[in-house]
Amino acid sequence: MEGVGRMEAEGNGRGYLSERGWKSWAFTLDHKRIGAMYLWTTTVFFLIGGVFALLLRLELLSPQARYFSNHTYNVFFTLHGAMMIFLFIIPAIPSGLGNFFIPLHIGARDVAFPRLNLASYWVFAAGFLVIIGSLVAPMDTGWTFYTPYSAKSAAAVTTLSLGIFLIGMSSILTGLNFIVTIHKLRAPGMTWHRLPLFIWGMYSTSIIQVIATPVVGVTFLLLAAERIFGVGFFDPTKGGDPVLFQHFFWFYSHPVVYVMILPAMGIVSEVIPVFSRKPIFGYKAIAYSSVAIALGGFLVWGHHMFTSGMSPLANAIFSLMTFFVAVPTAVKVFNWTATLYRGSITFEAPMLYALTFIFLFIVGGLTGPFLGALATNVQLHDTYFVVAHFHYTMMGGTVMGFLAGLHYWFPKMTGRMLNEKVARVAWALIFVGFNVTFFTMFILGVRGMPRRYAEYLPKFHTENVISTIGSAVLAAGILVMCWNFLQGLRKGAPAPANPWRALSLEWRAASPPETENFPEIPLVTEWPYGYGTPKG
Amino acid sequence: MSDPSGEHGDPAVAFESAKLGVWTFLATEVLLFGALFTAYTVFRIRYPEMFRVEHAKLDRVLGAANTVVLITSSLMVVLGVDAIKRGKARLLEAYFGATILLAGVFLCVKYAEYAAKFHHGIYPRTNLFFSIYFMLTGLHGIHVLLGMGVLSYVIILSRRGRLSASYYTPAEMSGLYWHFVDLVWIYLFPLLYLVG
Amino acid sequence: MAHGTGHSRRAGIAVFVALLLLTAVTVLVSYVDLGLWNTVVALLIASVKASLVALFFMHLKGESRLVWGFALFPIVFLALILLGTLSDTMLR
Repeated sequence: MEGVGRMEAEGNGRGYLSERGWKSWAFTLDHKRIGAMYLWTTTVFFLIGGVFALLLRLELLSPQARYFSNHTYNVFFTLHGAMMIFLFIIPAIPSGLGNFFIPLHIGARDVAFPRLNLASYWVFAAGFLVIIGSLVAPMDTGWTFYTPYSAKSAAAVTTLSLGIFLIGMSSILTGLNFIVTIHKLRAPGMTWHRLPLFIWGMYSTSIIQVIATPVVGVTFLLLAAERIFGVGFFDPTKGGDPVLFQHFFWFYSHPVVYVMILPAMGIVSEVIPVFSRKPIFGYKAIAYSSVAIALGGFLVWGHHMFTSGMSPLANAIFSLMTFFVAVPTAVKVFNWTATLYRGSITFEAPMLYALTFIFLFIVGGLTGPFLGALATNVQLHDTYFVVAHFHYTMMGGTVMGFLAGLHYWFPKMTGRMLNEKVARVAWALIFVGFNVTFFTMFILGVRGMPRRYAEYLPKFHTENVISTIGSAVLAAGILVMCWNFLQGLRKGAPAPANPWRALSLEWRAASPPETENFPEIPLVTEWPYGYGTPKG
Repeated sequence: MSDPSGEHGDPAVAFESAKLGVWTFLATEVLLFGALFTAYTVFRIRYPEMFRVEHAKLDRVLGAANTVVLITSSLMVVLGVDAIKRGKARLLEAYFGATILLAGVFLCVKYAEYAAKFHHGIYPRTNLFFSIYFMLTGLHGIHVLLGMGVLSYVIILSRRGRLSASYYTPAEMSGLYWHFVDLVWIYLFPLLYLVG
Repeated sequence: MAHGTGHSRRAGIAVFVALLLLTAVTVLVSYVDLGLWNTVVALLIASVKASLVALFFMHLKGESRLVWGFALFPIVFLALILLGTLSDTMLR
């Protein structure tokens, strides 16, 4: 990668942020601005979703319903789940950080279809506006919207279905854009095996978005049709089959957990070698395991339905397949650990979050097989064990990966450095708060506390109080972190082009990058992980 | 696969990108209809008798006629794209105009069929066969409508002199989409009208 | 980017005629009661027609491996959702 050093610009200009005024954002075709708009939007929904979570924990301070009615509680956990899943976790890393960094990573000036990219954002915006509109009669079905209840509920299910359909469409168009961009716009010399691992993660993610999302789109159309026209696909009184809804729903919603986790794994694969000053261990294994996870993720949707009355053969097949998906995930964890081994590790905030990701994801991952195994699943199904498991993977995994990415790329995106001390305080609060909140739930689950109820038996009281205290600490950590971001944005020290001495292409652009990223398209001669070797 | 092409704005890259984009979009479409085909299969296996009796209520002559209409419209698109490759913009407009006209005929026949069903008191809620019939043909009809819009847009581009023998990407891409709409109907027709 | 030729027009018309003939065949066969084979024949003919459209009208014939990949890829997943769902509904 010699001969491009002269392109390194200093981070004193405002780069792609130079233009001002709302029109320069609303009509922008710049992938970086579109990425930034997604980041702002999704972060707002993350905070709103978090407030709902805190309200749930507040209610669970006492065994009896004290602050809210049961219906209100149902609405709150539905909104918490639906917002976090559809408006935060699914779009945040792919559409936010992905939009910003895919072209920078592969040495392109923009995505393949910039206008389609902008359209995707506005379809997304239309989607969340419709979803907000559906709050006139808020959902109480849980974020999975299972029929037959969702077909009969008095809530605005039809409106909400349309909103989710739009969000899905936006997700498909973004995935399509990324696939074509990665295939067609790589810089000269950027072969597949020189791609940053974040790109491998994003490519696999995009495949899932394109293949799986239409199925959930049509499912919500059918749900709407059931309510409007009386179509009976999911209605047993008309010969329909409610379990069919679950098949369609999970054909999308299981692979989509990999839409959430694969990009986060990609970020961790970027951050670990930079802060260990070592080449990534087992590049190809990590790269291909992303693809394997994406494809394998399509084979296991039935493991969400073990207690739905599905056929015994299907139960056995889906349970078996589930264990195979664990393998490529374990391959990744092994390779990250091997990368850390004897590295010159430093603990800046991005690295802290990346290590947290690995730690929490191991806990979340290893509790997966308990649920994937048919026998233990029947015992633990719909208990707090499940809640703990997916929060360890979703929040402990995806959100930590997202935060690692935000801290890692903050200097690149904004041209300013974060206050490292405050960032570490926030991290410590988040780490402690998270584990206190959710580890307790594993215990509650094994002891048999069912999820999704506002009331519980008095014997679960102590753990619930502990969990609520943990959630307050977690919230405090998030607030400190947000404050740090805002401070950094306003008066952080100017960031150099490459504060972490990283080798991937985005660090060759200025901080913040110019509108077309690179003065001239870089020529790539090496992979981006040559740390600690003479050339690195 | 390992020869990155680099620069934005290279027309050959743009053409290849657009083509890959359309094919990826069609992959999405396959799964969109795929979920409905799955529902069709599940219920057909579960209720063979109901499907046999109910599908006889559809008019297979009208269905066949509509198949011919769509196949012809696809040929028009083929000839239209061929025309612009030879630089004949007016010919492209004529052929694409014919496609839109045929699409209109298709929708009119569809409308007549729907009207006849409603007249006989058959609605999407009547039974599962007609639930599937209306959902599949309805979704397909929406695609026909969208296709008419896309083809009209190409005609407008051509009228403005934006298409030529060296740049015909929009014509080619809209053509791919239109053939796909035809392709879906090729399966819908026998599954709904002929074998129920 | 292939250029339009008389050859491609003739090929297009030939495919069109084949599609019309196959349509006629599939309609005629549907009037004969073959039991389960009706479905098999109908799907077979439909697949031949679909292949003709894809290969010639959509030019899949001369396309790169990459485009072939994206054309065939979704069919695998279509098979998957069908088989996965049927593994439950047929054996419940």
